[in-house]
Amino acid sequence: MSPLLDVKDLVKHYGVGQGLLGRLFGAPPRKVQALNGVSLHVGAGETLGLIGESGCGKSTLGRAILRLHEPDSGSVTFGGVDVTALDTGGLKAMRRRMQIIFQNPYASLNPRKPVGEILAQPLRLHRLAEGAALRERVREMLEHVGLRAAHADRYPHQFSGGQRQRIGIARALILNPEFVVCDEPVSALDVSVQAQIIDLLARLKRELGLTYLFISHDIAVIGYVSDRVAVMYLGEIVENGPARAVLRRPYHPYTRALMSAVPRVDRADQQQERVRLHGDLPSPMDPPPGCRFHTRCGFATDLCRSVAPLRRQLEEDRMVACHHFPEPAP
Amino acid sequence: MTEPLLSIADLRVAFATRQGLVRAVDGVSLDVREGECLGIVGESGSGKSVTFAGVMGLIRPPGRIEGGSIRFEGRELVGLDPQAYRRLRGRDIAMTLQDAQTSLNPALTVGTQILEVLLAHGDDLPSGRARLRAARQRAVDMMTLVGIPAAARRLGDYPHQFSGGMRQRMMIAIALSCRPKLLIADEPTTALDVTIQAQVLELIASIRATLGMSVVLITHDLGVVAEYCDRVAVLYAGQIVESGPTAQVISDPRHPYTAGLLRSVPVLSHLDRPIHPIEGQVPDLIDLPPGCRFLPRCPMARTACHNPVPFHAFAEGRAARCVLAEAPR
Repeated sequence: MSPLLDVKDLVKHYGVGQGLLGRLFGAPPRKVQALNGVSLHVGAGETLGLIGESGCGKSTLGRAILRLHEPDSGSVTFGGVDVTALDTGGLKAMRRRMQIIFQNPYASLNPRKPVGEILAQPLRLHRLAEGAALRERVREMLEHVGLRAAHADRYPHQFSGGQRQRIGIARALILNPEFVVCDEPVSALDVSVQAQIIDLLARLKRELGLTYLFISHDIAVIGYVSDRVAVMYLGEIVENGPARAVLRRPYHPYTRALMSAVPRVDRADQQQERVRLHGDLPSPMDPPPGCRFHTRCGFATDLCRSVAPLRRQLEEDRMVACHHFPEPAP
Repeated sequence: MTEPLLSIADLRVAFATRQGLVRAVDGVSLDVREGECLGIVGESGSGKSVTFAGVMGLIRPPGRIEGGSIRFEGRELVGLDPQAYRRLRGRDIAMTLQDAQTSLNPALTVGTQILEVLLAHGDDLPSGRARLRAARQRAVDMMTLVGIPAAARRLGDYPHQFSGGMRQRMMIAIALSCRPKLLIADEPTTALDVTIQAQVLELIASIRATLGMSVVLITHDLGVVAEYCDRVAVLYAGQIVESGPTAQVISDPRHPYTAGLLRSVPVLSHLDRPIHPIEGQVPDLIDLPPGCRFLPRCPMARTACHNPVPFHAFAEGRAARCVLAEAPR
């Protein structure tokens, strides 16, 4: 069966200001290599968790899939349609099927519009409902995400963070999409509210038959919500596979370091030596040659410093991009 | 037993707003002992930051300390005159804020900012001409201690030239530059990635061991507390609901809110275990009913919870604000 979403070799480089002197003297343009040949697929009804640190390109990937950012090259195929080749009209129609939930529920809702208006806008833009039918759809959606019909008349500032994220979810789902990019949907929320939103997203997925690309920097949340996971580092996917298999036995040294860095309440009964990462994420403007992870990797050799590792396809739908696989032993 | 380094008793802080009086901290009592790391856990609005803004003497109108006492090395800080407070801050007690991006001055070099503290509070530094040279040396030492490479050269850099993790280290270096007896770290890692978070927390732990200072770690992450704190106090709606040795509180929580927090986050080693949200929301801090503040969200609520519930000790070193605290779950 072909996947619902198929991303192949997606590349996105952002131009960065060269400054006046640079332009005068014709310095070569500087580029941030946000996505550097990313491939992944998501099956219908599946949740793919995308994990990585800030600046690794995970949000750019989510947006490039929806063409909120135009990719430079590569392809995005959704339900057999090449999204990257669509014209404006085709893209608008496609956006009914692909939606996004943003991280910051404070910044992603228009503060000057009542919630009913925020939810009605997508329906109006796509000419899907008006009058009483539109109001009915808005009411239904509000109740679906655990709010009340009366909330339609209130403004975003009258809601708590968790409620605002519910509004963001309602806005994304009001067009009945098949696929939703959840871009750090719980990161800005308090701990007790995070679980409410995770539960809500799981219930909506079940009830509406949704497919998610779930982006987060929290590996425990990713492990909890995902069927499969992809680990991203400096614009590249370094490991992917079924969530439980990857998190039970991570192959890439970066995945191991990520898992080991998470402070957890059950560390005492783990008795594991922590894999420490030194240094910061290198600048994506000037990524290291060879394996991009070599500057922080405890296993790096001369090979890693000069040659980029190939993506190795392994058993049970797993992939790892590391010269040292299957060594070093776990 | 010796007196604790910091002792807060029945602290009450309120903010006057148009809607009414917001009781942000309502009867908080806690001790920080010499050399220990105390974790303060709570969600936004729980009063965890306001409590320690009170300790630092940073409550400004419309906020007001309504009552209670804050004693540091036996000396009362509530009502201390501003000059005496200024001598205390930075030298005896230092605080790092959550957002290193906005707490460093973007228009001054990091060197200027760390030297400012050293020249103002560095009593052990020589006076006169040698003072500046000694302060510079101390600044470089501190920056090296927190892991900033080529520290001497970086004194002239501006905050924007540092990465997020480096800025947080720089703040810690400034906070530690006069070797305080107590470091209050307010969400030192919330804005950082996990791999950097681990570096910063381990840095604080190792400096605590080296310099023998006490640390208060304010966080919303029980995992952070579990790994780095000797004792923990959990705050909810302006009150401490539970406190005790970290391992005991985490393995055997006696307040339903603590238990709820622990159940609401996925744990890496037990991903098959379902998480359970705490339903409902944090109450409005204006016009609170007299009973337990967690009552509307509590799965175990009963009639007795409508009356005021005292924060009481139920075992050696452990206390909770719950009528069921004596019964293990």
